[in-house]
Amino acid sequence: MRKVWDIHGGIHPPENKTQSLEHAIEFAGIPAQLILPVSQHIGAAASPVVQVGDTVLKGQCIAEAVGAVSVPIHAPSSGTVTAIEDRPIAHPSGLDDLCIVIDTDGKDIWHQPPSTRDFTQLDKATLVELIRNHGIAGMGGAGFPTSIKLNMREPSNIKTLILNGTECEPYITSDHVLMREQSRKLAQGIAILAKLVQPEEILLGVEDNKIDVVAGLQDALKQHDFSALTGKPTSAEVITFPTKYPSGGEKQLIEILTGKQVPTGSLPASLGIACQNLGTAVAISDAVINDRPLISRITTVTGQAVAQPRNFEVLLGTPVEYLLARSGYNASSSSNRLVMGGPMMGFTLLDITMPVVKTTNCILAPTEAELPSPPPAQACIRCGLCAEACPASLLPQQLFWFAQGKELEKLEQHNIADCIECGACSYVCPSNIPLVQYYRASKAEIRQRDADMQQAEHAKVRFDARQERLDRLEAEKIAARQARQAKAAANKAAQAGQDPKAAAVAAALARVGAKKSALEAAQNASAPEQIPAATLATDIDDPVQRALAKRAKQEQAGAANPAAVLQRAVESAEARLEKARLKLTNAETVQDSNVDAFKLAVDKCQSKLNQARAALDAHDAT
Amino acid sequence: MPLVQITSPHAHTSQSTSSVMMLVAIATLPGIAALTIGFGWGTLTNIVLSIIFALALEAGAVRLRKQPIGFYLRDNSALVTAILLGIALPPYASWWIILTGMFFAIIIAKHLYGGLGYNPFNPAMVGYVVLLISFPVEMTRWAAPLELVSELGTSGVSKPTLIESFGIALRLIELPTIDGFTMATPLDLLRQNDALMISDLKQTYPQFGAQGGLVWEWANLGFLIGGLFLLYRKIYTWHGPVSMLVTLSLLAAIFYDGGSSNSGGSPMLHLFSGATMLGAWFILTDPVSSAVSNKGRIIFGSGIGALIFIIRQWGNYPDSVAFAVLLMNFAAPLIDHYTQPKTYGHS
Repeated sequence: MRKVWDIHGGIHPPENKTQSLEHAIEFAGIPAQLILPVSQHIGAAASPVVQVGDTVLKGQCIAEAVGAVSVPIHAPSSGTVTAIEDRPIAHPSGLDDLCIVIDTDGKDIWHQPPSTRDFTQLDKATLVELIRNHGIAGMGGAGFPTSIKLNMREPSNIKTLILNGTECEPYITSDHVLMREQSRKLAQGIAILAKLVQPEEILLGVEDNKIDVVAGLQDALKQHDFSALTGKPTSAEVITFPTKYPSGGEKQLIEILTGKQVPTGSLPASLGIACQNLGTAVAISDAVINDRPLISRITTVTGQAVAQPRNFEVLLGTPVEYLLARSGYNASSSSNRLVMGGPMMGFTLLDITMPVVKTTNCILAPTEAELPSPPPAQACIRCGLCAEACPASLLPQQLFWFAQGKELEKLEQHNIADCIECGACSYVCPSNIPLVQYYRASKAEIRQRDADMQQAEHAKVRFDARQERLDRLEAEKIAARQARQAKAAANKAAQAGQDPKAAAVAAALARVGAKKSALEAAQNASAPEQIPAATLATDIDDPVQRALAKRAKQEQAGAANPAAVLQRAVESAEARLEKARLKLTNAETVQDSNVDAFKLAVDKCQSKLNQARAALDAHDAT
Repeated sequence: MPLVQITSPHAHTSQSTSSVMMLVAIATLPGIAALTIGFGWGTLTNIVLSIIFALALEAGAVRLRKQPIGFYLRDNSALVTAILLGIALPPYASWWIILTGMFFAIIIAKHLYGGLGYNPFNPAMVGYVVLLISFPVEMTRWAAPLELVSELGTSGVSKPTLIESFGIALRLIELPTIDGFTMATPLDLLRQNDALMISDLKQTYPQFGAQGGLVWEWANLGFLIGGLFLLYRKIYTWHGPVSMLVTLSLLAAIFYDGGSSNSGGSPMLHLFSGATMLGAWFILTDPVSSAVSNKGRIIFGSGIGALIFIIRQWGNYPDSVAFAVLLMNFAAPLIDHYTQPKTYGHS
């Protein structure tokens, strides 16, 4: 007997599985209308390739995969496309999504009749392509496109292939009946998987509440020579272990079967392990061997509100309403909710027209007495039952505390990201606190905060880049101006130059000066508000010196002829006044904020002119 | 019936906080029975008055906080606090002692901190310690075991009936003469002893029983049985109580030098005297004020065990469960910080 490990925590809720196990799998039939969401898997939604009004045949591709992480959708039966529109779909959000609606004709005519193929003759690329083109996505939970999971690098680094036959959720028996009635097909699917991933061991994990299927599975597995398929010694075993929820979680099952824990944030492949769902394996067998795309699945319909709980082979797109009618659902019974999935992790349906999709393993219609509405939550007394039950060894009571206070960093320190939302903590909580709901909300808050932070970071980078560009342009502008001035000065000197040698020296000096001031301008450019002051500082010396020199010269001349000096003063004052008035009118027309300053300047010029006139008059009088 | 949207999980155990608290209350019965048989009706009057005051105070506090009274009274947490404080008080404690204690337990230690689940300290122990410090005379006057009362042949109402006991608790009837009716507890004697060998001490004073104190050993056994019942019902894990008892026994064994006058008494004496078992199975297991992880609870319990022995042996008080528990309540957040369990997939 192979050693199995135990996981931390876990619970033993009432199993309620026998109700739906009494009957064999039954074909649910062809409903009048099939509703096929284009997004039944993780990744990009498939893109419709049919038009409203088109006639489609069973197995015909009606929406093709878009990009790598995507799978196509096929028509589950023959009929006419009557709508391609948003409809309510089976998703916890309760949102609508694009669906292709087919009104069936009841003839169920195959687009391409199923054939038989010998998969041992096919190479890996062909197998992966077949799996992808037949629309196969993980049928256990998330619906991850199977072909991506199987598209291994060469050589494969997978040592252990695990088939998940745990089905630990209460009520659900779809995998149980699959193992009971389709073990041959299942073994074929496992053989195809073995050829693809080339493991050293194949482990089919089954909880010991399904012990009746073990012998049949072992027989079926014996039909295949796995070593021949993988090209190396490969063992295949059915392993049973004690029933406990949530042993069927991928991470939990890996720990139970191998004793290893998947490192947080990585995939099982990092341990050399690949995990596959049983329904997926059967779908692979159908696709590869019989060329039959994924158009139906096994779904359990159970709960006390249905008269005949059982497992159906259901065409994808079948409305839940149709299945409930087939199993004698009593809507007037005290049924308070409809759950898609199990009682631990399933989500409630608000619309019974929602279709069955690739991941729908169970429709649960409980009565109020069976699954009572949650009573009001009491205070958390930190009893620690949740920590005892947590399969991830978290401290749910602490997480709850931090979630209430929105202490996102504390939540991260306490590894909220490792919560698998199995619901074991909420199940045992004596105070009826909806713990998982708090964690979901907190995870969403953390995601939102991270997104906000990323956006802020992005905005900051963009702002910095813009600022740098503006500064650079400003610096370039200043440098160009300086260069222009220097050139003009040099030209002037050269024109006036009696001595060509002196002119050359002046030009050189001017060039050096221009370079220097351009450099200074560039340095100052990073502080834009200082630029005007800096430019002023570089300009101010020369004009002031020049003005002083000019005035000294004028005074010398004025000593000889005071009347002429005064006359010139009056003229220049008049000119200045004129200039100031012009500036004021300009400022007023553009509504410059410096209008007052200009007015003041005009007044000053006026008074200076008056003074100059008075002085001239006085001189004339003498 | 209309379909409702409810998030998973949809299944739930039938266990509720109210039923957990009720189980704890029921589990105290063997110990209460032993105390009542051994010391008379005094413990029962304590408990009855405690419950009345506790529920009234709880209702008042909940009302002041504008919350539904019935919903909060039904969680039975005030009931448990009342029973635990009632057990801890000396039998025939007067009504105003009980009222004061319950006020500090329910109003100060619990509701001022935010109500059930938010109290950092064990409410019953806060009430007890406040009383012990404020009214040392009343709080250290423990009733004599009934069998010794008759031996000493005291007259009057030395063995009050249930009705008389309530009269005494309400101080409508005078407390019988102090000598004989009340008596030093075994732990008091151990504390005061500085000359006698332990074996001589046991010979001299009739308050000692076969292992622990007379009556006390039966009361401790009763609380042990109640505790094991709660353990069996998975109300709590073994980590806290067992580590406390083991630590206390180890320290007692280390300092038990065969029974000299300096000796602290044998491990059995420590385990079956005073509030040891009550503390281990009913006080430190209060989940609200203890450490949360199993590892943390081992540290928490060991700390309490060590403090109990240290205070009993070298401190000023003969028993010390309340102080030890409150001191470790202080340390609980620190312990939590350092004992976070390893999450799946983390190394």
